[in-house]
Amino acid sequence: MFKLFLAGLTGLALFGNVALAQVNENAPQGGSMTVTYKDDVATLDPAIGYDWQNWSMIKSLFDGLMGYEPGSTQLRNELSASNTISADGMVHVFKLKNGIKFHNGREITAADVKYSLERVTNPKTQSPGAGFFGMIDGFDSWNAGQDSGLSGVKVIDDKTIEIRLSRPDATFLHVMALNFASIVPKEAVDAAGEDFGRKPVGSGAFKLAEWTPGQRVVFEAFDGYHRAGVPKLESVTFEIGLEPMVALLRLQQGMADTLGDGIPPAQFMQVMNDPNQSKNVIEGGQLHTGYITMNTRMAPFDNVMVRKAVNMAINKERIVRIINGRAVPANQPLPPTMPGYAKDYKGYPFDQDGAKKMLADAGLANGFSTELFVYNTDPNPRIAQAIQQDLAAIGIKAEIRNLAQANVIAAGGEPDQAPMIWSGGMAWIADFPDPSNFYGPILGCAGAVQGGWNWSWYCNEALDARAAEADSMTDPSKTAEREAAWRQIYVDIMDDAPWVPVFNEQRFTFRSEKIDGDGTLFVDPVHIPVNYDYIFSTQAK
Amino acid sequence: MRNYVLRRLLQSGLILLGISLVTFILLYLIPADPARQIAGRSATAETVANIRAQLGLDDPVMIQYFRYLGNLVQGDMGRSYLQKAEVSVLIAGRLPASLLLMISAIVTELILGLTVGIVAALRRNKFEDQALMIFSFVSISAPQFVIGILLLYFFSIQFQWLPIGGYGTFAHLILPSLTLGLLGAGWYSRMMRSSMIDVLHQDFVRTARAKGIAQSQVIVRHVIPNAILPIIAMVGIDIGLFMSGIVVVESVFGWPGIGQLAWQAIQRIDIPVIMGVTIVSATAIVLGNLLADLIAPWIDPRIKIK
Repeated sequence: MFKLFLAGLTGLALFGNVALAQVNENAPQGGSMTVTYKDDVATLDPAIGYDWQNWSMIKSLFDGLMGYEPGSTQLRNELSASNTISADGMVHVFKLKNGIKFHNGREITAADVKYSLERVTNPKTQSPGAGFFGMIDGFDSWNAGQDSGLSGVKVIDDKTIEIRLSRPDATFLHVMALNFASIVPKEAVDAAGEDFGRKPVGSGAFKLAEWTPGQRVVFEAFDGYHRAGVPKLESVTFEIGLEPMVALLRLQQGMADTLGDGIPPAQFMQVMNDPNQSKNVIEGGQLHTGYITMNTRMAPFDNVMVRKAVNMAINKERIVRIINGRAVPANQPLPPTMPGYAKDYKGYPFDQDGAKKMLADAGLANGFSTELFVYNTDPNPRIAQAIQQDLAAIGIKAEIRNLAQANVIAAGGEPDQAPMIWSGGMAWIADFPDPSNFYGPILGCAGAVQGGWNWSWYCNEALDARAAEADSMTDPSKTAEREAAWRQIYVDIMDDAPWVPVFNEQRFTFRSEKIDGDGTLFVDPVHIPVNYDYIFSTQAK
Repeated sequence: MRNYVLRRLLQSGLILLGISLVTFILLYLIPADPARQIAGRSATAETVANIRAQLGLDDPVMIQYFRYLGNLVQGDMGRSYLQKAEVSVLIAGRLPASLLLMISAIVTELILGLTVGIVAALRRNKFEDQALMIFSFVSISAPQFVIGILLLYFFSIQFQWLPIGGYGTFAHLILPSLTLGLLGAGWYSRMMRSSMIDVLHQDFVRTARAKGIAQSQVIVRHVIPNAILPIIAMVGIDIGLFMSGIVVVESVFGWPGIGQLAWQAIQRIDIPVIMGVTIVSATAIVLGNLLADLIAPWIDPRIKIK
């Protein structure tokens, strides 16, 4: 589950040089809200937590050096007061703010930053996020358990930390804003040991007040928070263990303020068709793409003509209708809200006759039989059936393999097991709002390894070189140039057609009238379902 | 008697050992790598290998199994791969809620099932009998998920008498135990009905009537106590049935029991938690059956222990 829903770093229509959200910094403080969830919270340890549920909870409990402006994907300094980059893009220096404190009252120093980065990359921590820090000098040997620490991270003085990279990397500041880069106090980690995920101590706007497994988690405002007037709410209660359908009933009865798991698909139309309810639903984009992978190492998908034919065979509009219009059709790997999205790119047309002809040209006039792997929870099997029908229309007989998530992921990670996979429910939502995040693991050569996430097993070394070049453009003045480079990379990928991009999911957040705030906070790119820190209670004075 | 109990305990131990072995091997055979789940999609192959080594996943399955068993005997069920918390703590935190739900469901099903069965038997082939048997048929066949949602809709939303899911007070307990108990109530009402009809035709009932005892007295003092015996002995077996039911019922009502824990662990291949929950529930089922066998001769002397 880890990755999947992984904090859709949505962008909304606004993005990049976005007009920042009109967040009301003077909203009154006080009041509380209740969020419902079906699953229990796995952990609140920022080095471990990696699912869509605990991702934003951890964001409210912890801070890193960098963060995002509320409701946007615009980076800002969080615990750092300033950051500078050397001319060659290899050395970053961060100055910490004054008077920043952990929930236990102790002041945060540069040594805490070093400790936290070494903890998350320590192989003993078993952090799912360790790999993000691969650009820091000394990562390889430390993460292999061969060093005494991360040699690239140096404490200059109490307030200053220097991070040396092994390669220039334009995504570094986004990585410093990931939960995995949260600053944690050593003494609290040592005291709690492996139970730190149950007894989290951070420096975020909220601190943990109560955790009753299977029932509720309660956050309380941290009065020593480094931003004055934040958070707005006095407390946030997470009610755990409720079926989404039951959670909706509770919200309708005024007993909950937002649905952590979203509006249940079966009730979606009912809610949207009722003006009294739909006025409290906020829609936003999501940095997500749903796609079909075709294993380029398995015949006949090793033939680009076949892959193009499949691209032309899929009726994406119909698939979007199957999920009640909760998505928009896609024609390229990047979602529209991601910088680098090619607005003018037309993609492959829906043309089943043309597709048939192309198959015939590829020497497969009579079609062929194959398998389509799919995660076995709704709506994915229904979507797979639609894909199956579309394929049948051009003579491809696809057998659907409905499997548990982990089994689909495992099959995709083998070079010769899954000819086709529908990615729904598993991949891919960006970890951070940067185009590179859709390349390396799922389309680059690095991901085309056993156990990797590049289920097409697509490896184009020329593109890999261009990707590396784009990511070395660390000079902020080259942002547009870098974005253009990435845009062309994705358009060129589509020439090889390793995927059929099918749709980009939209987010629909249902809120009660007891909570309010700028609309962007309810579809916040980094906080799902809502930005707990800035939402306020209409009952607060 | 003592020999019998000892023999059965030994058997139970062997059964549990078998269950743990089979579960362990099945989990091992699943084509998914827990280390990869822990490492996440950004991990390098070395990181995954490192985690595998730390968890001892590279060892042959039998060595892993005996290591697990060795720890288990010392009361150590390991730590959850994903929550990192101790499995014994996770289970202990949830067991009381599941037990409470189970006991109150047993009470519910007995009260409901026996009453319905008695009334149906006494009004055999009349309208009441047929109506009640349709009720029991429905309660046996309807999915618990549907019953739970329907009960919630009527009692919590329409009438607003009871809370919409949750845990804590007696009011929270009513709907989950009703949902869980209805299934058993259906079975018990059918069994009680035939058992009653059986006893009503026995010689001693005719004798009692011939002595001039009032009909109500005959029913209460002679028929019901005799008809109920074979049914009580079945309660132990229910524990097994409930173990599968609580997964569904707990998730509908947000009941913080081990069913919820198991469901999440299975989805995430959290092997230590799956093993822990399996062993704890298997133990409950085996003990329940043992209890049923031990109680049977005690309440019905016709059954002899050999």
